[in-house]
Amino acid sequence: VKIFLTFMVAVTSLICIGLARSNSNQLRLATTTSVYDSGLLDEILIDFQTKFSAKVQVIAVGTGQALQLAQRGDVDAVFVHAPDLERAFIAAGLAQVHSCIAVSRFIIVGPVADPAKVASAPSALEGFKRIASTQSTFISRGDNSGTYAKEQSIWKLAGLTPKGLNWYLEAGSGMSATLTIAGEKRAYTLSDIATYLVTREQAQLARLFAKDDPVMLNQYSFMTLKNSTNNLSEQFRRFLLLPSTQKVISNFGRQRYGESLFTGIGGKCQVPVVENK
Amino acid sequence: MIESGELVEIALRTVGIAAVSTLVAALIGIPLGIRLGYTGRVSHIVSIVIYTGMSLPSVIVGLLVYLLLSRSGPLGVLGLLYTPTAMVIAQIVLALPLIVSLTMTGVASKSETVRLLVQSLGLNQRYGSSALIWECRKAIVAAVVAGFGGSISEVGAAALTGGDIRFHTRVLTTSVVLETRQGNLETALLVGCVLLGLALIVTALVVVIGEK
Repeated sequence: VKIFLTFMVAVTSLICIGLARSNSNQLRLATTTSVYDSGLLDEILIDFQTKFSAKVQVIAVGTGQALQLAQRGDVDAVFVHAPDLERAFIAAGLAQVHSCIAVSRFIIVGPVADPAKVASAPSALEGFKRIASTQSTFISRGDNSGTYAKEQSIWKLAGLTPKGLNWYLEAGSGMSATLTIAGEKRAYTLSDIATYLVTREQAQLARLFAKDDPVMLNQYSFMTLKNSTNNLSEQFRRFLLLPSTQKVISNFGRQRYGESLFTGIGGKCQVPVVENK
Repeated sequence: MIESGELVEIALRTVGIAAVSTLVAALIGIPLGIRLGYTGRVSHIVSIVIYTGMSLPSVIVGLLVYLLLSRSGPLGVLGLLYTPTAMVIAQIVLALPLIVSLTMTGVASKSETVRLLVQSLGLNQRYGSSALIWECRKAIVAAVVAGFGGSISEVGAAALTGGDIRFHTRVLTTSVVLETRQGNLETALLVGCVLLGLALIVTALVVVIGEK
């Protein structure tokens, strides 16, 4: 028993040392899962961390949760993709500086058989309408994520309220879990392109609607926060806007997936978030 | 994908956090369990509280610790959220009822025999309690192993209070979740095997020491 106790005390001290060490020059960033799970953020961070000899701690959650963490003062900056939620966040006076970093696209995925004929739909709105009119099963994220916010806005634009109907299921999970559920149930869902590519092997879903539709634009933004005094977040914001970083963003995934997942927009918002600037 | 160096680092952190929280929970829980078991008169309310604690959902513990340690929570000034310490706190809360109740039932089942034995040998009460602890060592070891096992394999509270931050609060369970989410199923399975192996090794160690 003594050996055991000694061992445990040793471990305790090791952890304490580890804790004491890891305090200086670090940035805590809450980010949407898509930029993290796809591996994009890690690739950007390698450069940033060496250049500024800083440590960035990433907490990968949905956009809604990321903004919640920011509001509570638990992170220094956020990387999110829900312009409506961002606007509300800025209006509440919580953001310091907001920058649009990259765009990607939302896609409608579903069973290969495509009973609702989404693949031939001329627009995303029409695709959603076809899913509703054929009462094909649709899996919604059902959380407070950016993708969920987008999905809700599309239903609204289409003039439909599927909530509570028997073909409309709310998963309450992250994107990849939702894709897996959709695959198992041969159902439709809305996804960001990065997470779809990452999970496509297990989910066995077809990319049915990926046309260039302004409704499906997926814009990622970075925000520094008023309640954080950490000046690394501003440095990271500038770093993200550097042409070299923008190039990394635009080229990311070409090798692994044969297509680029994100396009750097260097601060020029395609979906307006802040009026001036 | 995880490199083997990082996997070792994650595994060490996992064991460290589980060991520290089990140690603290044991230091509080074993004396408490012995006391409750020895007196033998545990009120229903106390029993209910302890047994409910055994099935305490880890996500709820995680959420409460999160709210407590968040910058806008009562202990926010400490800046402990998303650190290994926050994870340790949550794991202590989870392990404590397990250790208390298992020690308590173990001691209660032996206390009468030991008391009679000590009385018939004419030894004093002080000797009785140490004899009792010795007699109940297996129950106590089982309690500690249960606490450690619960702690090492728990994911809900670990994710909420630790945030699954790479090189900082990522443990084996949260990396299984992450690897699955990223579509690296083989890696997830590998990490899961490491977790299982670790639980096996540590439990075996504790059991062997307890048998001596």
